[in-house]
Amino acid sequence: MLQFIATYAPQLIIAGIKYTIPLALISFVIAVVIAAAVAVLRSYVPHATGLGKIGWRILKFILSFYVWVFRSTPMLVQLFVVFYGLPKLGISWLSPSGWSAAVMVLSLNTGAYASEAIRAAISSIPDTQREAGAALGMTDRQIFLRIILPQATRISIPTLANSFVSLVKDTSLASVVTIVEMFYLSQQLAAVNFEPLQMYLLVAAIYALFVSILSFPQRYIQRWADRFVKEQR
Amino acid sequence: MLKLEHIDKRYTEHHALQDINVTFNPHETTVIVGPSGSGKSTLLRSLNLLERPDSGQYTIDDRTIDLSQPLTTDTLLWVRRKTGMVFQQPRMFDHLTIMGNMIEAPVHVLKQSKAQATKHAHELLAAVDLDNTADRYPYQLSGGQTQRVAIARAMAMAPDYLLLDEPTSALDPELEAQVLRVLNDLANDNQSMIIVTHNMDFARHAADRMLFLEDGKINFDGTPDEFFNKPTERINRFLNAFKFDQGEA
Repeated sequence: MLQFIATYAPQLIIAGIKYTIPLALISFVIAVVIAAAVAVLRSYVPHATGLGKIGWRILKFILSFYVWVFRSTPMLVQLFVVFYGLPKLGISWLSPSGWSAAVMVLSLNTGAYASEAIRAAISSIPDTQREAGAALGMTDRQIFLRIILPQATRISIPTLANSFVSLVKDTSLASVVTIVEMFYLSQQLAAVNFEPLQMYLLVAAIYALFVSILSFPQRYIQRWADRFVKEQR
Repeated sequence: MLKLEHIDKRYTEHHALQDINVTFNPHETTVIVGPSGSGKSTLLRSLNLLERPDSGQYTIDDRTIDLSQPLTTDTLLWVRRKTGMVFQQPRMFDHLTIMGNMIEAPVHVLKQSKAQATKHAHELLAAVDLDNTADRYPYQLSGGQTQRVAIARAMAMAPDYLLLDEPTSALDPELEAQVLRVLNDLANDNQSMIIVTHNMDFARHAADRMLFLEDGKINFDGTPDEFFNKPTERINRFLNAFKFDQGEA
């Protein structure tokens, strides 16, 4: 058993460091940017009239359509559409490599979920905070950026951390777009050594190890974010 | 001077303000009383346009705003700089320290330098006896303390008129007394104040003028002496309701 681990764990961990972790980190950063932008735009109540109002309505429809599409279809199918489907359109910049297809789908998918978490956090800030800012003469923009968003950020951290954990594991789907990440490698190895049980248990353990290490900073981020709330006992 | 003329506000099932005409003079403490649902808060909130009346004229100094017309953001912000507001709950910005709460609007709305705003904030906090709390977060203070910070925070904007909407209703009597002392000091400094309150002792003591509202109309407008010592039959009934030993169940 120890012999088995010593033989295979190093290659798997290297594949993890080369593919799984960068894939997860890059996708997550992009996802959070997408999510924040989508959540802020969808939460914004515009005062616009006429054409501006129609513009906003179209934009909000597009954003909610995006969230709906990515939340209601399997990620595996999304990967197939992007990697195998899009090149059939014959447009060069829409024919992603395995890497870009994986990053694209992982970040758009995670972004869709995370945007809902951030949106919920924004709407959980009571309207009395907005009124307090308004009574001090702050503009809507100042109130949103300086009063609402900082408080919403704290509330959305646990959910975002959860999304990140899911994302780390979802990188295993990148195996279907030819990226030899940990899981794909374990499949290849199992096909040679005929030890699928030990092989897949080992790769599962390494995923668990990665998730644990990567979510370690969450505790500190949360503690920093909670500096202005009463300690939960 | 704040002057409201023919102010009307109607909700779907409730006529909150009916043809209100009233002028608030500078350097006076006006206390607004009346039964629940009489329109006291709506009237007060109309003064800084957190509530938008359906119609009427609102004059501040020599500028008159027609409330039946759409308001520009500039007008709205101008009115809010003239009037400070303290709510029933302190409504601290929980993510900011006490000092952060104090200087947020002076720095970002009035564009004061941080140093200048901080210096002024220390003075205002000292006036409410809380300068030692500047670096704490709001959750670390009691309700009475945060309400005093809320008053100081509103005063940091140097409003011409300070509006207070039942500022002590959420506090127990001991904490209430602390807040009332702060308001009393402000009244003695000739700060113009308009206060909605249920505290009759405070009204009797601090008011220069009493307004009694009922069903969205001003039912009484006069001095505290008239209000408390020569009350009309209706006001007498209202005042007696506060004395539970004389009232009927």
